[in-house]
Amino acid sequence: MEHNHDENLLSVESLGKIFGIRSGLTVTRFVAVDQVHFALQAARPEILAVAGESGSGKTTLARMILGLVEPSAGHLYFKKRDVTRLSAAERRSWFMKEVQPIFQDPFAAFSPLKKIETYLYETTFNYGIARRANADEHVDRALIAVGLSLREIKNRYPNELSGGQVQRAAIARALITNPSLLVADEPVSMLDASLRMSIINSLRALKEQQNVSVIYITHDLATAYYIADRIAIMLRGWIVELGSVEQVLGHPLHPYTQILKSSVPEPDPNLKWRDKIALARSETEEYLQTGCKFAARCPRVMDICKSVVPKDIVADGRTVKCHLYDDTELHRRLP
Amino acid sequence: MMDIVKTSNLKAYYITQAYGVQRTVKAVDGISLAIRENEILGIAGESGCGKSTLLKVLLGMVKSPLKVVGGSVTYDFYASPRDALTLTESELRATRWKDISYIPQGSMNVLNPVRRIRDTFRDFIGVHLNTSPREMDDMVRSYLSELGLPDKVLNSFPHQLSGGMRQRVTIALATILSPKLILADEPTSALDVLVQRGVIQLLDEIRQREGNTLVVVTHDMGVHANLTNRVAVLYAGQMMEEADTGTIFKQPRHPYTQHLIRSLPKIDDKSERVSIPGQPPALDNPPSGCRFHPRCPHAMDVCQAEVPALEQVGPDHRVACFLVSEKS
Amino acid sequence: MLTTTRDLLRYSPSFRAGAIILVFVLLFVVLSFFSPYAQDERRVVPTNKPPSSEYILGTSATGQDVFWMLTFAVRNTLMVAGLAVIIGRSIGVVLGMISGYVGGTLDRVLSSLADSFIVIPVLPLLILIASLLRGQITLLSLGLLIGFLDWAYPSKRYRAQVLSLREREFTHTAVFSGMSTLRIVLQQHLPFLIPYLLADAVSGFLFAIGFEVTLSVLGLSDMNMQTIGTMIYWGNYYEALLANRTWVLVAPVVASIVIVIGFYQASIGLSQFLDPRTRLAHLQVKG
Repeated sequence: MEHNHDENLLSVESLGKIFGIRSGLTVTRFVAVDQVHFALQAARPEILAVAGESGSGKTTLARMILGLVEPSAGHLYFKKRDVTRLSAAERRSWFMKEVQPIFQDPFAAFSPLKKIETYLYETTFNYGIARRANADEHVDRALIAVGLSLREIKNRYPNELSGGQVQRAAIARALITNPSLLVADEPVSMLDASLRMSIINSLRALKEQQNVSVIYITHDLATAYYIADRIAIMLRGWIVELGSVEQVLGHPLHPYTQILKSSVPEPDPNLKWRDKIALARSETEEYLQTGCKFAARCPRVMDICKSVVPKDIVADGRTVKCHLYDDTELHRRLP
Repeated sequence: MMDIVKTSNLKAYYITQAYGVQRTVKAVDGISLAIRENEILGIAGESGCGKSTLLKVLLGMVKSPLKVVGGSVTYDFYASPRDALTLTESELRATRWKDISYIPQGSMNVLNPVRRIRDTFRDFIGVHLNTSPREMDDMVRSYLSELGLPDKVLNSFPHQLSGGMRQRVTIALATILSPKLILADEPTSALDVLVQRGVIQLLDEIRQREGNTLVVVTHDMGVHANLTNRVAVLYAGQMMEEADTGTIFKQPRHPYTQHLIRSLPKIDDKSERVSIPGQPPALDNPPSGCRFHPRCPHAMDVCQAEVPALEQVGPDHRVACFLVSEKS
Repeated sequence: MLTTTRDLLRYSPSFRAGAIILVFVLLFVVLSFFSPYAQDERRVVPTNKPPSSEYILGTSATGQDVFWMLTFAVRNTLMVAGLAVIIGRSIGVVLGMISGYVGGTLDRVLSSLADSFIVIPVLPLLILIASLLRGQITLLSLGLLIGFLDWAYPSKRYRAQVLSLREREFTHTAVFSGMSTLRIVLQQHLPFLIPYLLADAVSGFLFAIGFEVTLSVLGLSDMNMQTIGTMIYWGNYYEALLANRTWVLVAPVVASIVIVIGFYQASIGLSQFLDPRTRLAHLQVKG
């Protein structure tokens, strides 16, 4: 799939990451992210959800985009420039101004020994957003944009505020530099149910009012559906399905997406599950297999799935990594 | 339908004193609850609503700074009611894992990281059984395989297992002796969607097979919808509403429950979800009267002044709300 | 600062005990400036007198008042130990933190350096160096020497702390807030190290006192100056035990015990109060 660099805000091409896990004298290679390929357009802001279970590689992918982890393979282009080739100074003066993170645990995102506002002021000064004289005003404005105010958090330590307030402060800090892209790693999964929706609504508003694109990492398909334009489903390092959220979650094609969608516990007693599910016996079994990584658990597995890695196929307006939809392979399918 | 555990106006506070500051956290503040034999009761509430404390008191794990300051807890497993709060430590130890067992939040709170699973089972279960270690290992092995866990789990350390497997081991520990009552504190949080479904189905299977009673504490309403028969909604240490699961989701009467249900996102529905303004109160300084009044869109004067009592509004439906009691 | 000290005094019994002891010790040190005799003046009082109303702690064989000797001894020993701790811990903190945060080759080089220093047996080396410099060693150089040999172990601890802090998410937040590496290490990570630093400083202090006393007892330090160790040395030299003139030895020994207890108690109270985990645990009780 060709990516026209000029039109893309973010271009992820064949990105991969391999970790070496040492155990005694041996090193096991562990493929966290494998052949990931997608792009965010520059013309209009969008929210891309990256959904998957633990071990799917979604967090590693987020960290590579943020530059916290170096990719083992592939390329990352942000606004036409190769992110992995940036110097430390360019990274600090340009990249981090444009791309900012939101982390999962709001209380881990700030030092418990420092007042929260210090991070907001730091961001304001270090990127030259404002000077000492009008810093207060800037910080206050950033906080108001997410439903807080300077008065509310002034002189407070993180443990004196609720999870929702701290996470809002984190979002405010991320917005101070006026970034084009926010990478949010499960931003609401550690918050109470009653607080979640207000933060999710704020993120949705950000896209519309402040022109910020968001990569929304999550394991919660319901909030992904609510907030995202497009969604990528990740399984063991692969993107197995990528398309608009209505298509992928409305009419999922990949068997994994189908099981995932049907396993979300709907808050409606009339929609209880019917079938039993087979749980994976162990995690490493799926990583080391040849062929499709879902073959061991797939209800529609074919012989070819166990030996040949599926290609990315365009079907029904989205991309699917599955032999079921591969026209050319169909001829070779065993009856 | 017998009640096997009952609480009556239970009040349990954390009273701490550090560096001259006394704090009283009213974690459980007047909860009257009856757990019926063979049911799956869900306790819904967010963090800081007192649900974990409630479980601790039900288990008899009341250690300073936690203190029961009022009300009672009654055990009624063998048709001879006993006051749970006056039991001695050895009596409590006899009931734990055999009559009542506990699946705590986070499997690493049960599994000793430096002991193999096999040894953990021996530690916990060996007290109640009079078998040789070899026989017990066999029993454990066959039980674990019924739960879908391979043999090598026995020899492993907890960190060698995935989160889902650890949780299943913890469930095995809590259910292997077929206790009458199983208390599960957020058994599925931090688990993947597929593993979560497996765990929920597992809990239901065990309950159907052994006939025990299950109490599931979780903030995840989806879990309640898929697993429980009845739901009690807790907020800031008090019970707001209690009804069978269908009613809670279809006809919630308490404003908090209504908001909770309505704010949940569903797949195939992109319409705007409104969330509850404000945040859950700190339990060391709870609001006066009805704990929900600062965030309630229908708050009246009386809500700030008095605590509403739980009142029957349907055949199996109780609500603590002045709005509802005025209307009825 | 002041409120912290006030809280500590009020609520931490160990800090209170330690503080009281240390106040006495400090008093003693201050007294040394009012001594009627210089510390190396001999034969200023009658020799070998047991403790009496005139000479509170008795007199020594060299004709010095044990009481005033002790005030100098306490002052000098504390100074040497203090210098050693400041030098040692400063080197340890800087190298440990740089090593931990920067990582890579620099980390490997510094860690190997630290490892080689750890393996060196400090006391024999000190004895060797001191005996080579016999006669030329001053209290100042002694302090520096001890400090240079005692930075390695603490640096490993600080490195370990920084290694774990580096992966914490607030470090990433600080990075994305545009903070430079140096500022992150100093502003964000150093506060976490302070309880370790304090407890470590105290143990370093006590170790330094031990080294000083040992060297002096062996006659390898500046024997004209009064330190706890030199007092013991001279006491032995003039056979105080054999001649039943124990007061000359009892005074420095008791003083060293009191100093150690004082510092230890104070540090326990202080580090309990400052440890972020216990401090936060006090502030938050979950329900």
